[in-house]
Amino acid sequence: MATVSFTIFRGNSPDTGAFETYSTETDEGMVVLDAVHKIQAEQANDLSVRWNCKAGKCGSCSAEINGMPKLMCMTRLSDLPLDKPVLLQPMKAFPLIKDLVTNVSWNFDVKKKIKKFKPRPPDNTDGTWRIAQEDVDRVQEFRKCIECFLCQDVCHVLREHRMHDQFIGPRFLVYSAALEMHPLDTEDRLPDLKNSEGIGLCNITKCCTAVCPEEIHITDNAIIPLKERVVDRFYDPWHWFLRLFKKS
Amino acid sequence: MNTYDTFDYDVLVIGAGGAGLRAAIEASAHGVTVGLICKSLLGKAHTVMAEGGVAAALSNVDERDNWKVHFTDTMRGGQYLNNWRMAELHAKEAPDRVRELEAWGALFDRTKDGKILQRNFGGHKYPRLAHVGDRTGLEMIRTLQDHGIHQGVSVHMEFTIISLLKSGDRVSGALGYDRERGRFNVFRSKAVVLATGGVGRAYKITSNSWEYTGDGHSLAYRAGAELIDMEFLQFHPTGMVWPPSVQGILVTEGVRGEGGILLNKEGRRFMFDDIPDLYRNQTADNEEEGWRYTQGDRNARRPPELLTRDHVARCIVREIKAGRGSPHGGVFLDISWIKEKIPNAAEVIKKKLPSMYHQFKKLADIDITKEPMEVGPTTHYMMGGIRVDADTQMSTVPGLFAAGECAAGLHGANRLGGNSLSDLLVFGKRAGEYAALFAKEHGFEKVDDTKVKSIVGESLQPFGRANGENPFQVQYDLQDMMQDLVGIVRNEAEMQQAVTELKKLQERAQNVKVVGNREYNGGWHTALDLQNLLTVSEAIALAALQRKESRGAHFREDYPSKDDQNGKFNSVVRITADGQMEIRKDSLPEIREDLKQIIAELK
Repeated sequence: MATVSFTIFRGNSPDTGAFETYSTETDEGMVVLDAVHKIQAEQANDLSVRWNCKAGKCGSCSAEINGMPKLMCMTRLSDLPLDKPVLLQPMKAFPLIKDLVTNVSWNFDVKKKIKKFKPRPPDNTDGTWRIAQEDVDRVQEFRKCIECFLCQDVCHVLREHRMHDQFIGPRFLVYSAALEMHPLDTEDRLPDLKNSEGIGLCNITKCCTAVCPEEIHITDNAIIPLKERVVDRFYDPWHWFLRLFKKS
Repeated sequence: MNTYDTFDYDVLVIGAGGAGLRAAIEASAHGVTVGLICKSLLGKAHTVMAEGGVAAALSNVDERDNWKVHFTDTMRGGQYLNNWRMAELHAKEAPDRVRELEAWGALFDRTKDGKILQRNFGGHKYPRLAHVGDRTGLEMIRTLQDHGIHQGVSVHMEFTIISLLKSGDRVSGALGYDRERGRFNVFRSKAVVLATGGVGRAYKITSNSWEYTGDGHSLAYRAGAELIDMEFLQFHPTGMVWPPSVQGILVTEGVRGEGGILLNKEGRRFMFDDIPDLYRNQTADNEEEGWRYTQGDRNARRPPELLTRDHVARCIVREIKAGRGSPHGGVFLDISWIKEKIPNAAEVIKKKLPSMYHQFKKLADIDITKEPMEVGPTTHYMMGGIRVDADTQMSTVPGLFAAGECAAGLHGANRLGGNSLSDLLVFGKRAGEYAALFAKEHGFEKVDDTKVKSIVGESLQPFGRANGENPFQVQYDLQDMMQDLVGIVRNEAEMQQAVTELKKLQERAQNVKVVGNREYNGGWHTALDLQNLLTVSEAIALAALQRKESRGAHFREDYPSKDDQNGKFNSVVRITADGQMEIRKDSLPEIREDLKQIIAELK
């Protein structure tokens, strides 16, 4: 079919790396990752690209396609303008390893610091719980997350302001929401969200929601409800008054 | 030359899908130090792609279900080649392993009274699969991952093991490199658990991710362990066929479980045309009964679309070969037809099969609530693998354990859908437990430095070759060859040819060239993976040649029938002292009397 050009970032440092353009034959239905694989196999064997399932389920092949954070395996060439080269760059919010691959280990470190799931005692003597489907539905939206970290990549608190040490990012606000709204969970994560995890730094521009390949309503369904809980607990005058009263 | 760092762990778990994570969690719970090696990032392993559900006789939806029925279904599905003890343990322990996930945070879909919901699946007599829509694997791996990171397990991400290390007969560690920088590391350990998954990347059309290159099979084989049943490779009946770039991507059996039907281009529901005797009593003889079954009518029998995968795949191949296939060389799978039966069909489909809806919409411009999908068989699951003791999961090499897809025995000649997620929980736990016990009774061994240097040197050879071949090209040629010559329908001549071709590919693999440096180098990774792919391909071809009958997933057009006189054996593959692959037959162990009776009663 048509020959398409791809301009791909190559190198292991943003300073010394450079863009290289490759042309390759494309076929009907091809996604960006197919083209990258073809280039890797035929023209640049040492091209670095991270991928696994090629079915939009594992969230490994995150990159910036024409400047937009996307999964390469779910972006079809037919949805891109092909009259000029397709621009492929690694995610900008994370340190570069090489070519299209970044070091996302910060995300794994952040997750480890969030208080883990702590269920209430089982409802039944056989150790099981009874849970209504409605209570499951709400959390299942968050549990769809494939940890592609595109929301982290697009979030300006991380991307521009580099506040990785003060803000856990949309992915882990979703993760926290999944735990806080889990029908069995009894842990309290609100003080951490307010203090060390920086929920106040999010100013709900909804960029994260816009790039989520799982179409999770990150801002509306996860972050805003968490913000409301934090506000209710720590800033509501009535709660504040009650706390004073309790202390005395 | 290469210096290397050394890590010491009582138990080293290689592979971080469901089985590896479950093993690591269990070993850690027994108070030993645990290292966990992920070939990719944590939480990305192939378990993430499992869709339909995890099989366990919880009897939440149908109280007639129990471990005996699950055991019998598993044995029947495996054409009685299964390791009966594994099938027994699996059926008995799966319910507890599923409930345990809930205590760790997993949220399965619910019944009306708030219990874990279970769905119908091929070969399971009652609704048995606990599930979360069609993303059960993601729920499972994330639950295990999020629980596991708090259990004191040391995780090494994007790390590939290239060789096991031995001390005498016993396994004493492993050698590998980090994919990011290409630095070598030695892991000393008292016990090793292999949980590396399958071999699908030896084939062109596969539902498997790039990681599935038979690493565990090959590592164990080279360490002297026996592999069994390698001829039994499952081709899932429903993979995507169009557009070309998505060929092989899985379409869950859950589509059929929710009422989806298979049609040829004439609109005929061809699955009714051939129902095996072993399943005749359990299969609907009209479409109406089949529909009622999928809607939970306890008196209805299953529609023929929910026969075992080996059979459904062959029926699809038959239709395609007879010229009754769909435009792009598959058949039609239709779930949209249920709108004739229920009012809010589109919503039900999106609710029950969200990933499938998304996948077809996004990748093929097909709205599955309105039109049929085109599907065809795709390489999916390796029933064969490392021979293990049923109770402890230890291989024939002391200190080397295996669990999940890379281990063999549970599934016999054909695996039932849903039995692999339960397999990896049940036997992942057992492997972790017994590896920890083994580690407590043994010490660390000294690493043979010369040996390490020689393996490292060998793995770096492709960098020095001026005129070598492109490793990707060798891999493509291997995949084409295996697809054509050792695929769903096999015969003597083609497989003999495959054995010859494999020798040539082996030579070519010895002469591949890698460009660039060791940092995240796809060419180098492929060059090293090739050795494993070639090893498992040879094992598949030899075992398939040896089995002169058709049984389960292994179908030979030159021996199209099952041969119970001569077919009841395990194929055993092993490396000889001079490095050749040797194959033999071991007769099946006698089934325990009480289990025999259960099978007879539930026939």
